[in-house]
Amino acid sequence: MAEEYWRWTESRWTNPDINWKDADIITGGVDVGSVSSQAVVFVDGELYCYGNTRTGSNSPDSAHKAMGLAMEDTGMSLEDLQYTVGTGYGRVNVPFGTRAITEIACHARGANFMYGPTVKTVLDMGGQDCKAIHCDPRGKVTNFLMNDKCAAGTGRGMEVFADLLQVPITQIGELSLQVEKEPPPVSSTCVVFAKSEASSLLREGWPKEKVIAAYCSAMAHRVVTLLERIGVEEDFAITGGIAKNVGVVGRIEKELGITALKPKIDTQIAGAVGAALFGDALVKKERKKKG
Amino acid sequence: MIANYGYKDGSGDYFIAIDTDKCDGCGACVPVCPSSVFMVMDEDPNDPLREEPVAVVTDDQRKKIKYACAQCKPGGDRPPLPCVNACPVEAIAHSW
Repeated sequence: MAEEYWRWTESRWTNPDINWKDADIITGGVDVGSVSSQAVVFVDGELYCYGNTRTGSNSPDSAHKAMGLAMEDTGMSLEDLQYTVGTGYGRVNVPFGTRAITEIACHARGANFMYGPTVKTVLDMGGQDCKAIHCDPRGKVTNFLMNDKCAAGTGRGMEVFADLLQVPITQIGELSLQVEKEPPPVSSTCVVFAKSEASSLLREGWPKEKVIAAYCSAMAHRVVTLLERIGVEEDFAITGGIAKNVGVVGRIEKELGITALKPKIDTQIAGAVGAALFGDALVKKERKKKG
Repeated sequence: MIANYGYKDGSGDYFIAIDTDKCDGCGACVPVCPSSVFMVMDEDPNDPLREEPVAVVTDDQRKKIKYACAQCKPGGDRPPLPCVNACPVEAIAHSW
């Protein structure tokens, strides 16, 4: 089989300091995105485990796969989840979901947990859309804007370029920084146009790193214009798969003139984290109602 | 919350902004829109802990809002937009 340059590594993690068997509230969050699916489990408001996988052709299967990976070797099963929130593109197709919540709300809440209450602006660069969100210190959305009309400026676009240039996707960011002078950006409104533009640049003899730099800067410029629509207030955080690409992140920071917070955990799980935290809040709310 | 529904493409920015702190879900914007762009939901989908009704732009109109709104935006003199006009609390704004 030909090498799949676009393929990123699936991962999972368990917090060794938590014993879930003594827990009071256990909630799940599942983010079934257009490209990747994540599942997390929260135990009494703390992140216990997560799994990050590729979304397949079937959303329910992807949800099961992500949660299966998250719960691997933990001894936990779906029955242990008191409340599960689905989010993302396939949120209504999570078979074990108690309810669905939009990814806007979940990303704000998730970023608030992952980066702390000082975060005011969240940029989520997902597989197939981009979201710019303002939130308050509790992670509640105060202003948002989403662009899901086209895949320029998203993870899927980067996958297409990884394949075209035969560079593993995890190395694209680094490589894009190895240019002496920043080339002019390629088309920033359409991945298909950008790809055909890149093909002709390669034919003209541009080295790979220069073409990648041109694409990373096009992507950065595109999301910056989106962000400018709602304004950027610090602290600023980037979530989603592209947050792992230093080439794009560096160029966004340069264009905005501010630095994004450095992530401590996998940036792709922000939506699922927010979903599980909503689950936790909703369990408490129900209990309060019952008295 | 300011909820921006719409998109940005090569030809410009097309967003309808609904201020959900002002909107009480009265639904005055729903019947006046000739393209049925608005609907009222029992609960804000982006603020799940609030439980108050609110107007949103429907899912199927979000990606073609430029065309859905075109009939209320003729070139030349533009009459007031029916949705903006109908809203008693001035919660609706258009970006273009």
